[in-house]
Amino acid sequence: MSLLQITQVSKRFGGLQALADVNLSIAAGQIHGLIGPNGAGKTTLFNLITGLYSADSGQFALQGQNYRPRSVHQVTMAGIARTFQNIRLFGDMSALDNVRVGRHSRSNAGLWDAIWRTKHFYHEEAQLRDQAHALLDYVGIGRYAQHRANSLSYGDQRRLEIARALATEPRLLALDEPAAGMNASEKNVLRELIERIRADGRTVLLIEHDVKLVAGICDRITVLDNGRVIAEDTPDQVRRDPRVIEAYLGSSA
Amino acid sequence: MQALKHRWPLFLALALALLLLPLAVQSIGAGWVRILALAMLYVLLALGLNIVVGYAGLLDLGFVAFYAVGAYMYALLASPHLTETFASLGQVFPQGLHTPIWFVIPLAAGLAAVAGALLGLPVLRLRGDYLAIVTLGFGEIIRVFMNNLEHPVNITNGPRGLDRIDPMSVWGLSLGKPLMIGDYKIASVTLYYWLFLGLVVLSVIVCYRLEHSRIGRAWMAIREDELAAKAMGINTRNMKLLAFAMGASFGGVAGAMFAAFQGFVSPESFSLMESIMIVAMVVLGGIGHLPGVILGALMLAALPEVLRYIAGDIQNLTGGRIDAAILRQLLIALAMIGIMLLRPQGLWPSDKVKSAAGHAQ
Repeated sequence: MSLLQITQVSKRFGGLQALADVNLSIAAGQIHGLIGPNGAGKTTLFNLITGLYSADSGQFALQGQNYRPRSVHQVTMAGIARTFQNIRLFGDMSALDNVRVGRHSRSNAGLWDAIWRTKHFYHEEAQLRDQAHALLDYVGIGRYAQHRANSLSYGDQRRLEIARALATEPRLLALDEPAAGMNASEKNVLRELIERIRADGRTVLLIEHDVKLVAGICDRITVLDNGRVIAEDTPDQVRRDPRVIEAYLGSSA
Repeated sequence: MQALKHRWPLFLALALALLLLPLAVQSIGAGWVRILALAMLYVLLALGLNIVVGYAGLLDLGFVAFYAVGAYMYALLASPHLTETFASLGQVFPQGLHTPIWFVIPLAAGLAAVAGALLGLPVLRLRGDYLAIVTLGFGEIIRVFMNNLEHPVNITNGPRGLDRIDPMSVWGLSLGKPLMIGDYKIASVTLYYWLFLGLVVLSVIVCYRLEHSRIGRAWMAIREDELAAKAMGINTRNMKLLAFAMGASFGGVAGAMFAAFQGFVSPESFSLMESIMIVAMVVLGGIGHLPGVILGALMLAALPEVLRYIAGDIQNLTGGRIDAAILRQLLIALAMIGIMLLRPQGLWPSDKVKSAAGHAQ
């Protein structure tokens, strides 16, 4: 059964047709890769799914239910969490607080609870702290809970972003080039983490330039070129697909 | 919280000192207690603005508008102006309007909160410089309104302002008259100081609790990165409106207190300069950090008064060639530049959470 189903989605920026009739189906419990040369429309598609842009036409369905990605926070509430290509943490806040902010949409203590410090407030705060610590441990940066997000190393910042996104309890976790700028050992750690996330029953959408990483962990790969889907298959098949080779290397003529 | 428990003797001493301070000062002169009381009002204003600027990161240069809203609200509800101007209202309230304090504080907070949300609505998409310019305009609009709302119907009495405003009274005790305990006289300004101090303490508690809550974290997330905050499922529109409304409500209460304290309000008291001073208090003290904001407010409220004395001496040194008022402005500006150069994070910035500079990559 497909978790996310995108049908005939198009998006135009002025004279540029960024996406044309794109179909994408992401099966539950899989890691789905989205690759393509620069300017292929990967990030545009990503931003459409997560509600940052609105599509000109087409349909989006999450677990069989149509949704119109209108605003970013509603998409998050619906169960799609994202990370950002250029890390966007809450830099001056602690790692722990970053993850606690991620729990915002799944907690509900309001103004009244905060000012009067109701029982509900204390109960929820204790819960949030435990959940946040657990998530930091999960991605392997538990010892930096009290550190400023800005002061973490690059790889740890990436992992903190994933922990923060997981805190929103997503059904689909969308990662925008998580390995960008990482060295080989950091990439390996990241790869293990993404595989662990899948093993725990979550679905992952992965945009990535690093073809080796994508081919290594993805169950299926969709290839975009010039705003169109040119292939969708298993990593092995995609690598052999002549259209994909042409898109990446240019035609031999 | 752990730290607070261990430091309670310090807090007790501080509380006692703050309570007894005016009694000690009042022997020097009631004027000094008056400065202390006004400083408390500025602390209240700075705490309110800190919610908007410090927590949510929305630069608001028109904060004095909410101060004006609170002040005019109380002035209208506790002075003979309305009943004298509108005969029909005078018949309903032959004794005039005298609104009690427990009604004034929530009403001032509520009215200013509504004004804050109204300002927030059109500026939701703006940030930084653009937001500052629009809020600055809003502050001026309110002041111009107060200045001109006397034709065709006289509501604010224009530039002449509203006078004969009732003093506050708490449980039947009027703060407008000195209190005699036996032979010991407690000045009226001292009573006001205590009322304002109580409000400041209450506000600090509210601010502290908001800061360390789900809502406070959401505000700070918006300040740090609005798009990322949205991606965390935060409804940034509602949270920003809430910040504007909460901040404004502090301003409204401070305004009502100011009107009762002075017994007179006019548009002159709510100029752009006031807004700028309040922003300066927040920034100079340590933006987003409660002790810093309080320190900044106290310093900037007291500095002009202290300089009043120094300026006189310097003026004499130059043989009276420099005007004392101008010199005072100059010295305040110099002090601010000096502090910002030496301590760009503010006088008392928040202890940054542990920096990981030491740990290996």
